[in-house]
Amino acid sequence: MSLVSLDQVHKYYGENHVLKGVDLKVEAGEVVSIIGRSGSGKSTLLRCMNGLEEYQKGAVIVDNQSVENDDYKLRLLSRSVGMVFQNFNLFPHMTVGENVMLATKLVMKKSSAESEMLAKELLEKVGLADKFSAYPGNLSGGQQQRVAIARSLAMSPKVLLCDEITSALDPELVGEVLKVLEKLKQEGMTLILVTHEMNFARDVGDRVVFMNQGRVWETGQSDEVFSNPQTEELQSFLAAVR
Amino acid sequence: MVQFTDWDILKNLLLAARWTILLSLLAFAGGGLFGLILTLLRSMRSKITTRIIQTYVEIFQGIPLLMQLFLTFFGLSLIGIEVDAWSAAVISLTLFSSAFFHDIWRGCIEALPKGQWEACRTLGLTYLQTMRYVIVPQAMRMSIAPTVGFSVQIVKGTALASVIGFVELTKAGTMINNAVFEPFKVFALVAVLYFLICFPLSVLARHLEKKNHVAR
Amino acid sequence: MSYQLDFAGLVPYLPQFAAGLWATIELTVISTLGGLLLGTLCAQGRISKDAWLRRSCSCYIEIIRNTPFIVQLFFIFFGLPALGLKLSAWQAGMFAMIINLGAYSAEIIRAGIDAAPKGQWEAGQTLGLTRRQVFWHIILLPAYQRVYPALVSQCIIVMLGSAVVSQISVEELTFSANFVQSRSFLSFESYMVAALVYLLLAILMRQTFALIKRFAFKNPSL
Repeated sequence: MSLVSLDQVHKYYGENHVLKGVDLKVEAGEVVSIIGRSGSGKSTLLRCMNGLEEYQKGAVIVDNQSVENDDYKLRLLSRSVGMVFQNFNLFPHMTVGENVMLATKLVMKKSSAESEMLAKELLEKVGLADKFSAYPGNLSGGQQQRVAIARSLAMSPKVLLCDEITSALDPELVGEVLKVLEKLKQEGMTLILVTHEMNFARDVGDRVVFMNQGRVWETGQSDEVFSNPQTEELQSFLAAVR
Repeated sequence: MVQFTDWDILKNLLLAARWTILLSLLAFAGGGLFGLILTLLRSMRSKITTRIIQTYVEIFQGIPLLMQLFLTFFGLSLIGIEVDAWSAAVISLTLFSSAFFHDIWRGCIEALPKGQWEACRTLGLTYLQTMRYVIVPQAMRMSIAPTVGFSVQIVKGTALASVIGFVELTKAGTMINNAVFEPFKVFALVAVLYFLICFPLSVLARHLEKKNHVAR
Repeated sequence: MSYQLDFAGLVPYLPQFAAGLWATIELTVISTLGGLLLGTLCAQGRISKDAWLRRSCSCYIEIIRNTPFIVQLFFIFFGLPALGLKLSAWQAGMFAMIINLGAYSAEIIRAGIDAAPKGQWEAGQTLGLTRRQVFWHIILLPAYQRVYPALVSQCIIVMLGSAVVSQISVEELTFSANFVQSRSFLSFESYMVAALVYLLLAILMRQTFALIKRFAFKNPSL
């Protein structure tokens, strides 16, 4: 069984049909990039994988749990699926350390000492060991995003969803965040990212999913998709972003 | 006729100002407590409660405070509860400010970015945990300035208690004026005393608001 | 303690209520127009280059915002004659309401002006407009638009505040209710009717302002 499996997922915003039967399987350890024009439904698709968006038809199964709109089930799911947002969504009134430890204490019920140790270890991993007591407001965008990654990792998820996590960053700060992702890939973390970083998708990603008009338009191994796009839509998309 | 020196006038006004302050404090505490309960009830997101609370707020924000005082004063005696001017003033100012406090605090909660809720959801926090650790602390920080600002409205609102016969600063002013008949002097003094109570609060509210803006 | 509410007993007094309602509407319309004009001028004064004008405008705004309306009313009606300014109850009530709304709306409008991007001033001035022209032709309308909800709420607050002018015997809605209850001894019922009318007036005002908004601001909201 795949780690993440979507089967004929349909999603409507009122009259608007945003996902028109999406099939997608992601195996453990894979790095999958979802690309496409804005409005193609790629962020919505990602948010269906952890229940932030409801879908109307089809099935989403992650780590053998069906993703349904049920608060209790979604809370259980949060231990398998982590998410990093475009705007970080750090809690501004808590220190970096408190941000990372909040869920380990409240949800995983770990002791303070244990949580603190884990938080320090994770911050070390994203290169921010010295920022434990800083407030998010005093960090750069790139640093904030790395804290957000550490915060999700604290739940030791099986898959990490990344929703355009470099789009709100100044160009010179993008690299430090991507470097963390590369490191995670080497450790075997499953990553699904909606991204504009074509170089990253090509060089680090295993597979690319091109979304167009609410459908998976084209998909394949990264190098193949980029060097030899099959559909006209993907060709024009790639030409436009390069 | 009793002779009043200027000092007598001021002294009597100051004595009456104590009641203005006490009434304000009670209305602030009562209204704050009741407003908090309303806010918590509303955050349960039940459709019926929300509708009821909305109506409550619309009524208390859509009827003159003076009318609310009259209705409390006469309405309670109608159902057999004899109230004096003092209790009627406390009750109606409490209800009045609870509606406004609720509105202010709800606004602060709703002003938080949706991402804060989403982040909590993806971390697996329950609704109550989300409120307790993430939403309320931030909303509280945001609400301090407008809450202090509204306290000025409460102090000014207490002046209307004079109309139903409660002797606070304004009523004392009217009574003294009836004795000395120096309306310019008396009402100017009354205004100055209100200003001395309200202005520091206004300045504090503005200062806090500025600090909030810088912090964000 | 079973008291039967008797609204039917109020029917003979409908003319009184109607007259009071009409007076309240008149007070509201005039004070809204006058108050917003005064508020706009004052907001302009607050950003003037003339320090004295700036300071006097701030002074006026702070004094009004930090004292109760009823005290302002008593001061104007009872106190000002000592300076030789004798006003009828109606004039005093109207004057007090205009001055009151003027101060509050000045503060609101100024917030809208402050939020105008600096580029708007600069663009206007590079086109050769004077500061005053930039203010009236470029800055003002978007400023109103930005703070419109707050402005509407303030106008409604002043309408509700008009109840207080009954205390100097201006014969508006609250005065009518007082009068009717003293004649009919149906005090709760009278005030209930008046309260309901105020509530409806508040709703009506909100809708009127929503209508005005559609005509006044044709550009998409800021």
